[in-house]
Amino acid sequence: METAAEQIPLESFLFVSAILFSTGVFGVLSRRNAVQIIMSVELMLNAVAVNFVAFAAYTDGELFRGLIFAVFVIIIAAAEVGLALGLVLGVFRRRATANVDEVSQLKW
Amino acid sequence: MTVAEIVFYLIAAVAIIGGIGVVTVPNVIHAAMFLVLSLLATAGFYILLSSEFLALVQILVYGGGVAVIILFGLMLTRGRELPLASSGAQWPAGLLASGVLLVGLLTAVLDSEWPRQTGEVALISMQNLAGALFRDWLLPFEIASLVLTVALIGAIVISRQEEGEA
Repeated sequence: METAAEQIPLESFLFVSAILFSTGVFGVLSRRNAVQIIMSVELMLNAVAVNFVAFAAYTDGELFRGLIFAVFVIIIAAAEVGLALGLVLGVFRRRATANVDEVSQLKW
Repeated sequence: MTVAEIVFYLIAAVAIIGGIGVVTVPNVIHAAMFLVLSLLATAGFYILLSSEFLALVQILVYGGGVAVIILFGLMLTRGRELPLASSGAQWPAGLLASGVLLVGLLTAVLDSEWPRQTGEVALISMQNLAGALFRDWLLPFEIASLVLTVALIGAIVISRQEEGEA
C-alpha cells in the first residue's frame, strides 16, 4: 500500500508550514494582548514541528530524528506557555493590563 | 487526485483558516478556539506523515493542556470588560514584514531540490520509537523533563500572590 507521503510532495507540507509561520509572525507583530502574542508564538512553533516531521518522513529512512525533535518542540512549547502566562498574570496583577504597549516603564 | 491529496488539502485549509483566525478575529476567546482548531488540524498532518504517536501527543498536549492554560490566562487577565483583540498601530508594518517573510520562504521552497520519498518508510512501531526515545535520546529527554519542572515551578513562583499584596 502506498503511504500518504508518497502521494503528496514534500513541498506541499513546507508551503503550509511557511504560511502558518508567517501568520504567527504577523500575530506577534500586530497584536496588543500578551495572551494573543503567546497564541501566535504557539502557531509558529507548531509550523516548525510540522516541518521537522515532514523532513523526517521524506529524507530519514529511520524517521526518528525529526520525530524526536518534534516531541521536544512540543515539550518546550508547553513549558513556554506555562511560564509566559505566569509572567502575564504577574504583570496583570501589578499593572491591571495585559496589553504589551501599556507596559512601557522600561521604554526610553 | 488521490484520496490522500484531498485529505491533505482539507487539513491544510482547516489549519490555515485556524491560523488566520487566531490573528484576525476581534474576540480573544474565539481566537483561542481558532488556535485549537489549527493545532488539531496539525495532528492530522502527523497522521498523514504516519507518525500516529506524535498526533496523539499533539492532541493531548495542545487540545487538552495548552488550550486550558490559555483560556485560564484569558479569564484571569480580564479587566472589567472582555478584552477585544485590538491590533496595535504597527499592524501594517507587521503585515509587510510577515508578507516579505512568506514570499521569501515560498521562493526558497520552490527554488530548492527536494528529495523524493525514499520508499523505504515503514509505519513506525511504538516499540522502535520508545527505543529511540529512551535509549538514543535519553539524555535530551531527561533534560527536557528538567526544563518542564523548572518552568512550571517558575510559573508558580512568578504568578503566586505575594504576602501583603492586595
